[in-house]
Amino acid sequence: MTFSPELEARFARMLRNYPPGRQKGALIPMLLYAQDETGAVTPELVQEVANRLSVKPVEVEEVIGFYSMLRRKPMGKYHVQVCTNISCLLTGGEELFEHACRKLGIGNREVTPDGQFSLEEVECMGACSWAPAVEVNYDFHHKMTPEKFDQLIDSLAKRQ
Amino acid sequence: MPDVTLTINGQAVTAAPGTLIIEAARRHGIEIPAFCYYEGYSLQAACRMCLVEIEKNPKLQPGCTMPVAEGMVVLTESPKVVETRKAMLEFLLSNHPLDCPVCDKGGECELQDMSFRYGAGESRFTELKVHGEEQQWSPVVYYDPARCILCYRCVRVCDEGLGVTALGTQNRGVISEIIPNAGDHLVCDECGMCIDICPVGALTSGTYRYKSRPWEMNHVGTICAHCSDGCKTTLAVRDGEILRGNNRDRSGINGEFLCIKGRYAFDFVRHPERLQSPLLRVNGELQPVSWSEALSAAAAKFNEVKARGGRFGVIGATRTTNEENYFLQKFARQGLGTANIDHRRSGDVVTLLDALSGRANALATVEDLYTAKAALVIGSDLAQQHPLFAFQLRANWRHHQLTAYVVTPGPVREDLYAARAIRSEAGKELEAAASLRDDLAKSQDLVILFGDAIKGDAVRRLVEFGDSLGIPVKYLCLVDYANSRGAMDMGLLPDLGPGYQPTQTRGLNWREMLADPALDVLWVVGEDPLEETALASANAFVVVQDLFLTETAKRADVVFPSASAYEKTGTVTNSAGQVQRLKQAAKVMGVKPDLDIMGLLAKEMGLNLGIWIPDKVFEEIRRTVRGYNVALPVIATGGAAQTGAADGRIPVTVPPELIRSAGDTLFTSGTLGRYSGMLRSVMEAPGTLYKP
Amino acid sequence: MLFNEPHPLEVKVLTRRFEYPNAEPIGIDRFLATRGYEGFRKALGMTPEQIIDEVKKSNLRGRGGAGFPTGMKWSFVPRQSPKPKYIVVNADESEPGTCKDRIILENDPHRLIEGVLIAARAINASRGWIYIRGEYRYLIAVVDKAIEEAYQHGFLGENIQGSGWTFHLSTHSGAGAYECGEESALLNSLEGLRGNPRLKPPFPATSGAFQCPTVLNNVETYSAVPDIILNGGEWYSNLGTPKNGGTRLFCLSGHVNRPGVYELPMGFNLLRLINEVGGGVRGGRKLKAVIPGGSSCPVLKAEECDLPMDHESLAKIGSMLGSGGVVVMDETTDMVKAMFRIMKFYAHESCGWCIPCREGTAWLKKLLGRLDEGLGVSTDIDLANELARNMLGKTFCALGDAAAMPTISFVEKFRGEFEAKLKSAQAQAPVPGAQPLAVL
Ligand SMILES: Cc1cc2nc3c(=O)[nH]c(=O)nc-3n(C[C@H](O)[C@H](O)[C@H](O)COP(=O)(O)O)c2cc1C
Ligand code: SF4
Ligand code: FES
Repeated sequence: MTFSPELEARFARMLRNYPPGRQKGALIPMLLYAQDETGAVTPELVQEVANRLSVKPVEVEEVIGFYSMLRRKPMGKYHVQVCTNISCLLTGGEELFEHACRKLGIGNREVTPDGQFSLEEVECMGACSWAPAVEVNYDFHHKMTPEKFDQLIDSLAKRQ
Repeated sequence: MPDVTLTINGQAVTAAPGTLIIEAARRHGIEIPAFCYYEGYSLQAACRMCLVEIEKNPKLQPGCTMPVAEGMVVLTESPKVVETRKAMLEFLLSNHPLDCPVCDKGGECELQDMSFRYGAGESRFTELKVHGEEQQWSPVVYYDPARCILCYRCVRVCDEGLGVTALGTQNRGVISEIIPNAGDHLVCDECGMCIDICPVGALTSGTYRYKSRPWEMNHVGTICAHCSDGCKTTLAVRDGEILRGNNRDRSGINGEFLCIKGRYAFDFVRHPERLQSPLLRVNGELQPVSWSEALSAAAAKFNEVKARGGRFGVIGATRTTNEENYFLQKFARQGLGTANIDHRRSGDVVTLLDALSGRANALATVEDLYTAKAALVIGSDLAQQHPLFAFQLRANWRHHQLTAYVVTPGPVREDLYAARAIRSEAGKELEAAASLRDDLAKSQDLVILFGDAIKGDAVRRLVEFGDSLGIPVKYLCLVDYANSRGAMDMGLLPDLGPGYQPTQTRGLNWREMLADPALDVLWVVGEDPLEETALASANAFVVVQDLFLTETAKRADVVFPSASAYEKTGTVTNSAGQVQRLKQAAKVMGVKPDLDIMGLLAKEMGLNLGIWIPDKVFEEIRRTVRGYNVALPVIATGGAAQTGAADGRIPVTVPPELIRSAGDTLFTSGTLGRYSGMLRSVMEAPGTLYKP
Repeated sequence: MLFNEPHPLEVKVLTRRFEYPNAEPIGIDRFLATRGYEGFRKALGMTPEQIIDEVKKSNLRGRGGAGFPTGMKWSFVPRQSPKPKYIVVNADESEPGTCKDRIILENDPHRLIEGVLIAARAINASRGWIYIRGEYRYLIAVVDKAIEEAYQHGFLGENIQGSGWTFHLSTHSGAGAYECGEESALLNSLEGLRGNPRLKPPFPATSGAFQCPTVLNNVETYSAVPDIILNGGEWYSNLGTPKNGGTRLFCLSGHVNRPGVYELPMGFNLLRLINEVGGGVRGGRKLKAVIPGGSSCPVLKAEECDLPMDHESLAKIGSMLGSGGVVVMDETTDMVKAMFRIMKFYAHESCGWCIPCREGTAWLKKLLGRLDEGLGVSTDIDLANELARNMLGKTFCALGDAAAMPTISFVEKFRGEFEAKLKSAQAQAPVPGAQPLAVL
């Protein structure tokens, strides 16, 4: 498998960050960064990463299901994550999530038919003081309201 | 460091510093329940069953990871501890199927036993259970995630014990489960250790599951019929049929270890092609006849040839018992008056014993492989050919930091932890080993394991090399089958009698017998030499004792159906020279142990070769065979007794071409392997063969 | 970026460079212009003992949750060990209610790097990692850039500031696992393994990252160190209470008028935090309850909240200062729902290693979910309490406790609400009959 030159450069840098012989340390970040390009941790990616880090594929498999951001199936181009944990719950996170389901027409961990959006109810993501919070891919959106949410989705949809 | 003293449940207990509470207690008869703890494997403290109360400690502590300390006061059955155990069991059972009546593990399940002892009689869990579908991972391994309690014993035994690392864990939290290394199936040794070690019914054996309840079977501890490592296997038998092999009581020289062959490859016993009636050649065709007919035909021919001074050739086997082999050579030498007796050898034990003659403590036992400071493996892929020895060395490395050196033609699994692994072409092994001299000499002691790569004069040079290191060195000559070593010890050799006593005349070796155009009788007990070499004498009368109609049996005039190792008693000697006792497990109609066949034949011939009861013959062996005067109670109670070394020179030179290993792997075992449907099914299952 | 206005009552140490809204991270030039890396320069001239002494004097306690004295932790690293020594920064910040490390990383990443450098000097470390939760991807870029700048300015790499000392630092991304905030699980994750916790002992100080001696602290903990060295431990200690030195970032969230992250001295009164700094309960409603330090801390009833925010005071009433996440709940809060949501989190995040946590959180989640939905039965409330007690103190790591403690406190302090739900439920639905023992 080949990745973008930027990612290859990052991997090369990353591998130097661990003690000699312990490059397995790069496993989890490597999977996450690669997933950002490939959309999901595919069997080919497992093999590729195993080869690059000289580990057995089963060692890669072991971590995939452990880390909730790693996934075997691709999500939408815009992965909309709505937090409903305690601080967000108190400030309307749950209603926001339900609103998001209606707005996008999909349920938790589902993808819109056009592959543009996916939705996930997530655990606390460190935005409690500015709750309720939504993260689209890696961008945070604070103090969300259903109206702000609609605007956000509409502008993303326009961006395509 | 001096022992520490502590009290457990009011009882004063002493233990070495660093001993875990669970072990200290166990050694004093106090059982602390545990699921994840397994002696000899890494500590998990995951199941929390072993939580105990320790004075001055506000929190309960896991007995499986907490070492003893001077003056410690431990309570393992206090109300708080017992309540906690009950709570842990309640948690464990919450998502566990409560269908013990239909679970394969019922009756021997640690969770069931523990619930019986501590658990609540009713469940407060009324939610929906987490459920995962059962999966088949190989012809012999099934996994049911719903039953798995995640004690990680299987993962550890595979990774730490075997060095295979075929198992892992997937997901997290309550949906965590064990996964095989090849996606939906296993690529591994198929040793089944994971099944054995599983405390519950999560991992089950493809050959045994749902066949029987454990209490319906007799459990017979005997010795594996396959390779020469001599593992104890406990065969579970119902109505004379072996239903499974395992090693849960860990009482043999192999501890918790068994490989695929020892665990599953007993099915040759009931193979449909098993001979169950004597055969006699009538009008050119082999036909079933009665025992008396077959015996008298063979006896008449033997007597006739003997009377006219004709030429006999007798070939014995590496799977028959010591008693049988001893009796066979006695039959040949005294009864038939021939010196032409031999068997197929796979390691040059003779030269080794000669080179070590007069020394004490120069032969390594299986235990030595676990305690030696250093080991040198020459020319053998141990994990494939001598799985127990490989396991022992690995355990030694894990527990005592064994320094291992490997000299082999190709990569082997020992490379993974070896201090140095050298690749050497055939015939150059000694030179390669010599390059390790400085490293080896630094060690406190050393065990050298070698197979057929080192033979004849090379063995002497190896011993000289060992002597030159200036440290205590022990040797282990690797041979092929369950009693390869015993066949030599018992004198199935053309020039050496029992205990390697030189004979007056040197007879023909087995190749010479087959090549002798004037041979009158060829008597083959448990071997199949004609699979490899043709018989030159067209007129030879051939008598064969075997389980199957082998190539040799097909050429026979009389064929006696014999009992396999699992159907008889007697003793066998492993590669390391350790004698162990077979116990009869299975029953097969129409067959007789080779010893009986020989005894009846002697009787039919009018010979007096003495009584042919295995115990009586072994008595004679103990009296007459050098090195076999072992303590009877040891072997009678299922132990292994090491035979002594030779105490005098053995004045022979062994022709190197007679030493050749069959090169069996984990999945093959000569004739027996060919008739094991299970071994075949594993080999033929797509993509399951494991290469290190 | 800062997401809330500062408050005049704040005592700005960690946040002293912040200027609302501080749109860009503080780069190295501005950092250096505001006494940046001066603490480190000073530390270069000190012996490890002197550095550790100063930190001890500061009474700085870990900001990750447990509040362990930082100087003491550093002193446990065996100086004579021949192994390399490592620094690990815990930026996994995932305790619900907590969002403080984020604003440090986002706004003043060099402060963290400087703190790390001082810690590294104190134990003569050769390398460090900043373990940042995967969801904070944009912050990894920010920190990477700061690290880059620090390398360029000779604060990282070989022969740092001409001292002959070499130290490397990099970021390391998590990928979504709360348990990886637990220090030993974090170390496993750093090594490319499942984020299961490790047996302790050995503790990280003797066998941490890659089995080498390691100092592991929270982002905020390291970030306090530069000013401690710069102004002295005593100065810092005096900002707080006797056993709780300095200031800390409180993440105020929930039903308050001005939620936000505020830097206040240790021992600041909780009610004042809510009412004065936070502008009071939203909509003028009555306060019902407060989670004082992240969702794992036992909840406080309104009447328990007039207390100083320090480790001892909270311990005295059976709760914890935790990670500084102060979650305010007004009178309209459905406490059963809140508890269910918290348990849903712990069940989702339990690593599955040990039985009581793996099974206990999953069971409690289902049970509380039923209660919340109005499908509870009369024994459920006691059962929830008992299950939590059966977990408490018996799990492998503290996640099990983190799930048990709130449960016990919610059930015990707000039992009436649980019973009320039950009653409304019973009005609607018949009590389910006895359940069969075997669920096939
Ligand atoms: C389940 C669990 C989760 C934790 N999560 C975090 C976390 O996200 N960030 C953090 O700094 N510490 C967390 N901790 C605390 C760490 O284990 C550790 O005590 C801390 O990072 C040490 O740093 P400190 O002494 O500076 O507080 C967590 C602990 C537990 C048991
Ligand atoms: S308490 Fe047990 S299952 Fe829970 S996170 Fe810790 S080790 Fe894992
Ligand atoms: S045996 Fe101690 S926790 Fe499992």
